[in-house]
Amino acid sequence: MFDGVTIGQYYQTDSVLHRLDPRVKLIGTFVYIISLFIVNTWIGYLAAAVFVAVLITLSHVPFGFIMRGMKPILLILLITVVFNLFLTPGTTLVSFWKLTITYEGLDFATKMAVRLIFLIIGSSLMTLTTTPNQLTDALESVMGPLKKLHVPVHEISMMMSIALRFIPILMEETDKIMKAQIARGADFESKNLMKKIRSLVPLLVPLFVSAFRRANDLAMAMEARCYKGGEGRTKMKPLVYRTGDYTAYGVLAAYAAVCVVLRAAGI
Amino acid sequence: MIKTEQLVHDYEVRDDEGNVSGTVRAVDGVSLDVQPGEFIAVLGHNGSGKSTLAKHLNALLYPTEGAVWVDGMKTDDDLKLWTIRQEAGMIFQNPDNQIIGQVVEEDVGFGPENLGVPTAEIWERVEEALKTVGMWEFRKKSPNRLSGGQKQRVSIAGVIAMHPKCIIMDEPTAMLDPGGRHEVIRAARALNDVEKITIILITHHMEEAIYADHIFVMDEGKIALQGTPREVFAHVEEMQQLHLDVPKVTLLAHELRKSGIPLPEGILTKEELAQALGLSGVSDAQDR
Repeated sequence: MFDGVTIGQYYQTDSVLHRLDPRVKLIGTFVYIISLFIVNTWIGYLAAAVFVAVLITLSHVPFGFIMRGMKPILLILLITVVFNLFLTPGTTLVSFWKLTITYEGLDFATKMAVRLIFLIIGSSLMTLTTTPNQLTDALESVMGPLKKLHVPVHEISMMMSIALRFIPILMEETDKIMKAQIARGADFESKNLMKKIRSLVPLLVPLFVSAFRRANDLAMAMEARCYKGGEGRTKMKPLVYRTGDYTAYGVLAAYAAVCVVLRAAGI
Repeated sequence: MIKTEQLVHDYEVRDDEGNVSGTVRAVDGVSLDVQPGEFIAVLGHNGSGKSTLAKHLNALLYPTEGAVWVDGMKTDDDLKLWTIRQEAGMIFQNPDNQIIGQVVEEDVGFGPENLGVPTAEIWERVEEALKTVGMWEFRKKSPNRLSGGQKQRVSIAGVIAMHPKCIIMDEPTAMLDPGGRHEVIRAARALNDVEKITIILITHHMEEAIYADHIFVMDEGKIALQGTPREVFAHVEEMQQLHLDVPKVTLLAHELRKSGIPLPEGILTKEELAQALGLSGVSDAQDR
């Protein structure tokens, strides 16, 4: 059902980027996304392109694999470009039938497309090189200061990691229920949209029932193993910064500085 | 190690509006006393109250009446709650619904993490626990890629890593194939023999109960029969009245005796039967 969706999937290999502390990658991704909105000139985008190209090389993830992940985004990208291209007012470049492409529209649309592409590549580079587990750990650690504002940081990250653990189990279960329904004559192949929606009901109801039953069992199993929230818990795999991580922060700061300077200088 | 006295548990029955409309007595006046290092089996058909009893033994449920002591601590004492749960570990029926980690070793580390064990010691405990159940080489695997028996062994390792004195297993083999069942029971017996951990095995597979030191048979919330496997399985007719089987060999011996062949009561294994019949050299090839 979800075959071929590579965006955000962990790519197992060994590289500098894979070994980096997940917190660095998480913060790095944020900085990179912000930088894409700071720069607004072609030179700025060139800087962003060089930065991400170096990272891709370092990650040892095949470029084709990353590009394949872009496929599901293509449609959204196309719509954004088309709308920007035709609906931005300004000096006319070409005009035919009822449509006009303005100079500003062309400029805006291409920049927007480049921005979106880099944004997706940048963030998928993070998930490609970080296991979901490391990511939740990093999230818990980075959001740590929010605990003072009574944000249940530990609980959020625990929920995320449990959700990740149960995705394959629930997918398998969906498949099983579907086959059981098909064996009883259910029609999942129909092209008719209404029929298609209606056929989901006998699929979703048992799935929800079983998900709740699993949740109940899991809660009991966690309690039986002395789970009592984040308070007083130790970590089996605590996150520790190494020298390489500080270097990475340095590189990141330098890149951010370049972006800010480019914006300020207006080139 | 574990003691219950006149334990009663009532479940509330709610009507459609969520009002309490009555109660169902799941456990009704159970008293038992388990000594450290014993291997106990609790038998009973569905709805006999054996799972409810199990949940009392590590304070997941509290008694309606009566009391439960784990290692001298009363289970309704809130201050002792976490000590009780650490000392009396629990294994559940569905292996998928009790594994929390996405990697085998992380799941085993979950219990010690909750106890606040320092990082270095967690790793030691995880290694020791996984080696005890023979799952060390699977430590980097995702639990989703393991068989049912392997998952259940990971769950057992997760409990061992908390250094319990007693492990309660609530039908750990009910969802497994015969191979997986064998794996889990072997792991449980090894823990009992080698590590001297008290095991309370709740099951409805009679063949698993023959290794126990003591069997409790439950029916409608009460203990209907108890004793050593030999004593309990000698009551073939009573067991059948309780909708329970006895091991096939025991049943065969019982039927043979009824038809006039002189055999002692309570034969549990093929070897015993062969010996009693004066046969020898019985092949082990057609093992269950």
